[in-house]
Amino acid sequence: MLSSVVVFPGSNCDRDMAVALEKFGFKNSMIWHNDTEIPKTDLIVLPGGFSYGDYLRCGCIGSKSKIIKKVVEFANKGGLVLGICNGFQILVETGLLPGTLLRNKYLRFICKDVYLKIKNNSNTFYSKFEKDIIKLHIAHNEGNYFIKNDELKKLEDKNQIAFEYCDINGEVSESSNPNGSINNIAGVFNDNQNVLGMMPHPERMIDKYLSGNDGSLFFNNIKQKLSI
Amino acid sequence: MKIPIVVTLKKEVLDPQGKVIQQTLQHMGEKTVLNVRQGKYFELDIDENNYEKAKIIAEEICKKLLANLVIEDYKIMDKS
Repeated sequence: MLSSVVVFPGSNCDRDMAVALEKFGFKNSMIWHNDTEIPKTDLIVLPGGFSYGDYLRCGCIGSKSKIIKKVVEFANKGGLVLGICNGFQILVETGLLPGTLLRNKYLRFICKDVYLKIKNNSNTFYSKFEKDIIKLHIAHNEGNYFIKNDELKKLEDKNQIAFEYCDINGEVSESSNPNGSINNIAGVFNDNQNVLGMMPHPERMIDKYLSGNDGSLFFNNIKQKLSI
Repeated sequence: MKIPIVVTLKKEVLDPQGKVIQQTLQHMGEKTVLNVRQGKYFELDIDENNYEKAKIIAEEICKKLLANLVIEDYKIMDKS
């Protein structure tokens, strides 16, 4: 299994992601944003961080990077593309994912653990989460997912919502919504479900002795799916 | 030619920063301000002497970079 993590100026979760991927058996390459070729790979990850200092709009300048053309080509051919946090912001700016990410409703940078409800348990990335609710970490200022009502309906109908913020019991409500995201949406798929963007950081939850282990479920799922 | 552009959030999109500014104005005694929308201002210095032509270039730039049309509107102002 081969993975590639794209590094932008200002990325800061790229090495955590590489460590996580390698822990779960990927042979990983780091790809500089100015490169024009992606080596042979099964998975491309756009990591978290503050690409280009969040200038203009979060993820906007990164979405115009040279390598992104190749990422879009890869995605359009059905390749797996995962965007975490700033990577999610880049993916919506490229148009690979619908909607966009606004500033958090209460104007605060949020850094905490959240519970997530798995909304889609059968897609190109993974086909079986052992749990319905997982705990991951979020750290962002612009994670307030927004999409127009008619497009939201389409997301629901096509099962494109990956995760929703919930409480420990799986209750999805206003009080379990950290950032004001429409319908508590924390992650979405594209139409073909081979591109996934999410605000929570699975790469920060891969060791039960450090922070938590639910990120391991996520990577194990991807690994199993790719091994089939 | 310098072309000024203003980008703002669409009316139906919540603008929390604008809301906080409006509330602060209320606290400061400016009771007449009912609503505030915050935006971004750009000034493009375009190598083109014809305003109409420069405007077409600016419009294209707004669409492809300066505004995210999912949530933002742009307005090209008169030349400065």
